[in-house]
Amino acid sequence: MNKVFKAEKISANVWWVGASDWNVRNFHGYLTSRGSTYNAYLIIDEKVTLVDTVKAPFADEMLARIRSVIDPEKIDYIISNHAEPDHSGALPAAVAAIKPEKIFTSVAGAKTLTAYCGDLGYTAVKTGDAVDLGQGKCTFVDTKMLHWPDSMVCYYDRDKVLFSQDAFGMHLAGSYLWADMYDWSVLEQEVRKYFANILNLYSDKVIALLDSLPGLGLDIEVIAPDHGPMWRQELEKIIALYRDCAQQNPRPKALVAYATMWNATKCCAEAFADGVRSKGVEVELADLNVCDRSDIMTKASLSGIIALGAPTMNNQVFPLMADVLNYLKGLRIKNKLGFAFGSCGWSGEGAKQIAAAFEEMKIQQPCPMKQVKYMPTEADLEEFFNTGAALAQELLEKLK
Amino acid sequence: MEKFVCNICGYVYDPEKGDPDNGIAPGTAFADLPESWVCPDCGATTDEFEKAE
Ligand SMILES: Cc1cc2nc3c(=O)[nH]c(=O)nc-3n(C[C@H](O)[C@H](O)[C@H](O)COP(=O)(O)O)c2cc1C
Ligand SMILES: [Fe+2]
Ligand SMILES: [Fe+2]
Ligand SMILES: [Zn+2]
Repeated sequence: MNKVFKAEKISANVWWVGASDWNVRNFHGYLTSRGSTYNAYLIIDEKVTLVDTVKAPFADEMLARIRSVIDPEKIDYIISNHAEPDHSGALPAAVAAIKPEKIFTSVAGAKTLTAYCGDLGYTAVKTGDAVDLGQGKCTFVDTKMLHWPDSMVCYYDRDKVLFSQDAFGMHLAGSYLWADMYDWSVLEQEVRKYFANILNLYSDKVIALLDSLPGLGLDIEVIAPDHGPMWRQELEKIIALYRDCAQQNPRPKALVAYATMWNATKCCAEAFADGVRSKGVEVELADLNVCDRSDIMTKASLSGIIALGAPTMNNQVFPLMADVLNYLKGLRIKNKLGFAFGSCGWSGEGAKQIAAAFEEMKIQQPCPMKQVKYMPTEADLEEFFNTGAALAQELLEKLK
Repeated sequence: MEKFVCNICGYVYDPEKGDPDNGIAPGTAFADLPESWVCPDCGATTDEFEKAE
């Protein structure tokens, strides 16, 4: 199929040649409400270099954008900063069109790319290695486990661009390439969501990397991630936001997330939430029947209290809650006050499994789990209200 | 005692330090790690580890 797409220049010698996936809503189980982009970059130097590719179905779009600048066969090098298929899916098509002299990737990247794309002939690089492009050079920095073993970033000194793969990125498709052309509140929301769902479990590594950044002596003017817009102004703002995400500091907010079949658990959730509110602490109620797990994780990351409620079904916690518990556990959420609750008929595994999950996650539960039989009584609801107020009070003390 | 490095992510197990966050006391040799122990960084099992050079 013939496709017409144009590249966009982002600096004197670098072009954006990626793809916009406006309507993707489920990105490996992450609700991408604003779509996403897969960013690939073309460096025009004596050695012409393509940095990352796009998801497989967008190979034609990327190649069309490249062709608007240069014949793909004139490209000498490909750099793969991250082997995940959203950035390597189009690598085989790119290699076929480009016939590159070399493909640079990390040591782990060579293995992972071989699994996904076959052996296309990879040159493994490590932190501090650099490839000379003629007028400028690309220096590599390993960022393993941020967020895959193969992840690395590279820095093009001529234009002072840091190609940061998934780091500092967000799922956001839009008309503009630059972050400063969007509302900060939108950027902040999407960065926080991306961090919470992809990087939260590696928070300590993120902090270590941010701490090591100044020592790398890179004079960065542009941060060019693999998803969403690029950063060219106030880079300290996005870096500070990352540090804030990674610190996981508790905030004066409560997330009350529940699943329900016949509304008993919902009644308990509402009474608890009202109790939280009575102390002036912000609260958000989320029904798992309509709220995506990735949004639950984002809200949880922004809250100091996470109250989780579910009924019992077939001697198990209701499945939607099991999904969320498993997800929060994997993302290693911390610094929260937890509260487990629910409604059951006879055996009551629901709230118990939530309380056990909190314990496993080492999340403090200052108030004991509370489970009602069938419908909560008025006295039960009073108790839920009081528990909400007590936990809110406890959070306020903790934040002092 | 010898250090071991994770093939997947490069984490280095140093027996002198152990892995106290995961209940491994300082001074525990790699060979004495419980079977349930996994790389604290990437979750790889011990068969992914090699002696560090
Ligand atoms: C966000 C994310 C987290 C992952 N975490 C792990 C992990 O902790 N351990 C692991 O072995 N693989 C992990 N993977 C890798 C996937 O399991 C791997 O890509 C797998 O081949 C995907 O299978 P599929 O193609 O059937 O989805 C992760 C992948 C993603 C996208
Ligand atoms: Fe990724
Ligand atoms: Fe990605
Ligand atoms: Zn590892």
